[in-house]
Amino acid sequence: LRNKFADTFYELGRGDSRLCIVVADISPVGSMSKFRNEFPKRFVNTGVSEQIMIGLAAGMCQRGLRPFAYTIATFALYRPFEFVRDDLCYQNLPVTVVGIGGGVTYSTLGATHHAQEDVAIACSIPNFSVIAPCDPTETEAVTRWCAVQEHGPVYLRLAKAGEPDLTKGALDPWRFGKLRRLRRGTDVCILSYGTITKRALEVADRYAAYGQQAAVAVVPTLKPLDRKGLGEILRAFPHVVVIEECAPNGSLSSRVKGLAYEIGASCRLDTFTLQDAFIHCYGSYDDILAAHGLATADICAKLGMS
Amino acid sequence: VTNRSAILIGDASPEGDFHAAEARRRCRIYRRRIIDLSQSTTALHAAPAFSCMEITDVIYHGLMRRDPNGAQKDIFIMSKGHGCIAQYVILENLGILTPDDLALYCKPGGRLGAHPDYETPGIAASTGSLGHGLGIATGQAYAECVKGTDLRVYCLLSDGEFQEGSTWEAMMTAANLRVTNLVAFMDNNDFSALERMSERHKAFYPLVEKAEAFGWEAVEVDGHDSAAIFNAVKSRLGDCPLLVVCRTTKGKGVSYMENAPIWHYRSPNSQEYEVAMRELSAEDAS
Repeated sequence: LRNKFADTFYELGRGDSRLCIVVADISPVGSMSKFRNEFPKRFVNTGVSEQIMIGLAAGMCQRGLRPFAYTIATFALYRPFEFVRDDLCYQNLPVTVVGIGGGVTYSTLGATHHAQEDVAIACSIPNFSVIAPCDPTETEAVTRWCAVQEHGPVYLRLAKAGEPDLTKGALDPWRFGKLRRLRRGTDVCILSYGTITKRALEVADRYAAYGQQAAVAVVPTLKPLDRKGLGEILRAFPHVVVIEECAPNGSLSSRVKGLAYEIGASCRLDTFTLQDAFIHCYGSYDDILAAHGLATADICAKLGMS
Repeated sequence: VTNRSAILIGDASPEGDFHAAEARRRCRIYRRRIIDLSQSTTALHAAPAFSCMEITDVIYHGLMRRDPNGAQKDIFIMSKGHGCIAQYVILENLGILTPDDLALYCKPGGRLGAHPDYETPGIAASTGSLGHGLGIATGQAYAECVKGTDLRVYCLLSDGEFQEGSTWEAMMTAANLRVTNLVAFMDNNDFSALERMSERHKAFYPLVEKAEAFGWEAVEVDGHDSAAIFNAVKSRLGDCPLLVVCRTTKGKGVSYMENAPIWHYRSPNSQEYEVAMRELSAEDAS
């Protein structure tokens, strides 16, 4: 996702002199490095200084530029939180805050580098739109939208590199504020977003092996939430499952539960999130997800498919 | 009631002399206007506004250039948002805000609060939380460099804001980016809300040396001497951002408010009002 973002940003930046990137000591690789070489004034590295990364981006945006603030998710959102809230969201400026390594992507680096609550926290701030694409193709579409939108500030949650393509053959295109159906089904609908969508598809495959037709939909825009689209799913399916890489409080799961109550949905609803805990476990991305109870086998077992 | 029409607008040419006597007269009128407003609200922050009255006046009447149609061309950011009433009375004087706006200050239906809001006429950034303004000002100044314009950005900070780490992140970045079109003013009244810097936070000083070490040009002046403030900016070298450390007195102009922490927030009662107005009119009468 990171590389696709960089490729897309470089391509857009060549045609739009307003586009700038402000990073806080994160190494420009690939296309980002090309962008820096070709447009040195429009690439700013503030050093290990995340508050000025956000403040600078706010001021640049107020004077007509289109800055993206870009660093590791914990440092893009948590460290300069009040600057994101006051400078970007309160002033409602179309700056994109790009968080690299959202969720537990940095599996060997410990909780200081795990943005395990980023989506919930970002969704709590007024005016902030929150988008978490699931694959490179969706990342490209979202980046193109972020570069021209006049909606307001955006938190763009990315992972890092090497993610597979999951949206090939999707039934809907990416649209801001809309969920996307990836697979048809009738018995159960699995909702997900971000790179963990890969697991949602694996669970759907397992349902097929059990003779059940599982639909899969991604909710790339976590805020504003597609209440209409989600409401239709909650009414249409007898069973809805949410699988996400976010701590439970303020997660998509909690909001889907709230929506189900509001509309009086009667479906069965199972949710799988990261734990509300700092888990001291170092290993691969899969290892950390497993430690949080999000291994595909564990999810399937809890859904009655052992 | 203050006679607004008595204020001479734009009496200082940015390229010419600064008329210090006129600046003093304007500032007395502005202070009286603020004392007037204090009688209909309790959220005024009069003392922090009085300490930066001359600085704000110099920025608007001496430094910011105007378009042929009279609109401000340069940018001003009041980073010490709690001093915004000093800015509001000047914006009223310039016709950018109206007397009705001021009458509804901090009242339902009005658009002016105790901290400035972005997109209110004349307001270039939302401030109030300390330590945000210089970063935004640096971004605005840098954007104008990228765009290749000659716009200048003026930013007024309280001294307390230099206790925020974010201000020093901005100081370092502004110097690294060489935003020579940025001029910052520190309202060094030596008080934060609670206590004196020089007594309780001794390592806060020295200031000019700290700013220079961060790659800024820095100079210290009497912050109630309008001509000194004006000349400090006009005589700058200009190859890096400039910080003007302005030594000021919190509550300047009203004897009982000066250096008395209670006046950070409080509004005068009717008796105190009479005393303040008398003191702020004394020089006019002489």
